[in-house]
Amino acid sequence: MSQNWNITLKVSRQKEGETPHFDEYKMEVNPDEYVLDAVERVWAFMDRTLCYRHACHHSTCGACGMRVNDVEKLTCITYIRDMTHDGGTLKIEPLRNFPIISDLAVDMGTLYSRLESVGARSVLPAPEAEIENPPATWSADDGQYIRLADCIECGLCISACPSAATSDEYLGPAILAGAQANGLKRNPELLALVDCEHGVWRCHSAFECTAVCPSFVDPARRIMDLRTQIIKERFTRLFHKA
Amino acid sequence: MSKPHAIIVGAGFTGTATAHDLALRGFDVTVIDRGDICNGTSGRTHGLLHCGGRYAVKDQESAIECIDENMLLRKIVPQAIEPNGGLFIALNESDLQYGEVFIEGCEACHIPIEEITPQKALQLEPNLNPGMLAAFLVPDGTFDPLRLALSFAATAKKNGAKFRIYTEAKSLILDGKGTVVGVDILDRASNKQSELRGDIVVNATGAWAGEIAEMAGADVPVKPTPGVMVAYEQRFVQRAINRLNKPGDGDIVVPQRRMVIVGTSSFEVSDLDYVPVFEDHVKLMLERGAELIPGIRNAKVRGKYMATRPLIGGGMGRSSARTFKCYDHKETDNVDGLVTITGGKATTLRAMAEKTADVVCEKLGVNTPCTTKDVQLISYRQYYSQPN
Repeated sequence: MSQNWNITLKVSRQKEGETPHFDEYKMEVNPDEYVLDAVERVWAFMDRTLCYRHACHHSTCGACGMRVNDVEKLTCITYIRDMTHDGGTLKIEPLRNFPIISDLAVDMGTLYSRLESVGARSVLPAPEAEIENPPATWSADDGQYIRLADCIECGLCISACPSAATSDEYLGPAILAGAQANGLKRNPELLALVDCEHGVWRCHSAFECTAVCPSFVDPARRIMDLRTQIIKERFTRLFHKA
Repeated sequence: MSKPHAIIVGAGFTGTATAHDLALRGFDVTVIDRGDICNGTSGRTHGLLHCGGRYAVKDQESAIECIDENMLLRKIVPQAIEPNGGLFIALNESDLQYGEVFIEGCEACHIPIEEITPQKALQLEPNLNPGMLAAFLVPDGTFDPLRLALSFAATAKKNGAKFRIYTEAKSLILDGKGTVVGVDILDRASNKQSELRGDIVVNATGAWAGEIAEMAGADVPVKPTPGVMVAYEQRFVQRAINRLNKPGDGDIVVPQRRMVIVGTSSFEVSDLDYVPVFEDHVKLMLERGAELIPGIRNAKVRGKYMATRPLIGGGMGRSSARTFKCYDHKETDNVDGLVTITGGKATTLRAMAEKTADVVCEKLGVNTPCTTKDVQLISYRQYYSQPN
């Protein structure tokens, strides 16, 4: 059993019409608990006015994304041990580039609508899921397996993306990754959506999205791949015209 | 006559599904929840779309509900489901003996099962315990909890339901005759209190149902029973794996995205708002899970968490029935205007909503039948874009 730590949670607070400020809460934690456990205990035992988003507590729903000590984290699987030390602080802020509903809770509406607009799949056949260490060959049976997609639509990539910070119109990493996974070949109508100033060309290759992605999506690689797909598509069109 | 207004307290599985049902039956619906969608028990389920096999021996009412609803949900909300089936596997003599009553139970509950050889099971799922003695294929599945609830909520919204999240029920408003006529609410995003008046209040707060009912002096015999679950960072199987024996700790391994989840334990608590995850329960999940899938022993833990089941029916822990019950508090406590739905399981959310909406309709003299069996749910992503 590990020794408990005494830490301070510095939590960003903002109710409707207020300017944001920080409230501090001191608590004893087991460093092997998750950041979300500490946030939840603030609400349960110290301050019932705190609003935050959470649902599954095991990284499948994507609801509990927050900025922890200035880094985007899925708080339900982020150990306190990895973010601070005994006597240290956890600064908890809402995701950036989203409207704030209250305190740490943000509105995911635009993200969800844009994912819908590129037809990002929520479930897909297992052989298309690009998993690590796939079997050498997929059997006929495997093709029948349907699985939930890797992207949990948590918004961490949008919050971390420097390009998303400069423009509300930029589709953003999760959406471009969804379009890539869907494939331009299969969905030629996506081309116009992603091959434009608010699409793949606004990405400045900061790769922050991939750095913070908690769910193996690797949006940066997918954006680069989408660019390749677009160039290929342009060449194909050129030849068809000729 | 204007539409009747139903206020639903709780935006988990039963609340969102009941909103969907009542909206289709022509009600004005307002759902309130102190948090966001699925912030309580519903969000934290292991995500097993039960075929009913787990209950086919001792709790056949629940088993039949599960298989019927499992088949329906596959059709109406495929966007949130991994429909890959499941296996019940026997690892010892006691499991084998249970297999006999299991076959009879599944037959009685019309759950389609198929016995396959352990060799065939290992072909299908190479990471299973190679020492298994028997295996049965069953129509289990996996669902994403938030997306399941959001699909119901989105469709309810499309049909006019309103969702007021981060809005807490502070007290129930009673008229002079002991009838519930609304809810005093606190909008937690703005810190403003107000009154919400309705023709009926539906208490869909699951494990918390007793706390809401008590606001009107009514009683709900719900026994909140948490269990611990552990998610591991490797998708060892495509199917849900069940231990072929009576329900017990750590007897289910559920694949989900790139994980498997082992669940669950069973204990009782008094404070529902924060339940710690006990390390000894986490260890137990590892031990029991590794019996089914040995590789779990070396897998990286991705998340340790708990959820509080709302058990009803008087039994203790595992012996409690997993069926659901809708209480018309006019009958149970002489409090009119208040209906409670609790118990049950995620898999039976639609049936729970149908029963609740039936009770609500009967109380208010509405004669519209339930249609949710035939209504395809819209994309969960439209929950946000539908007008509120």
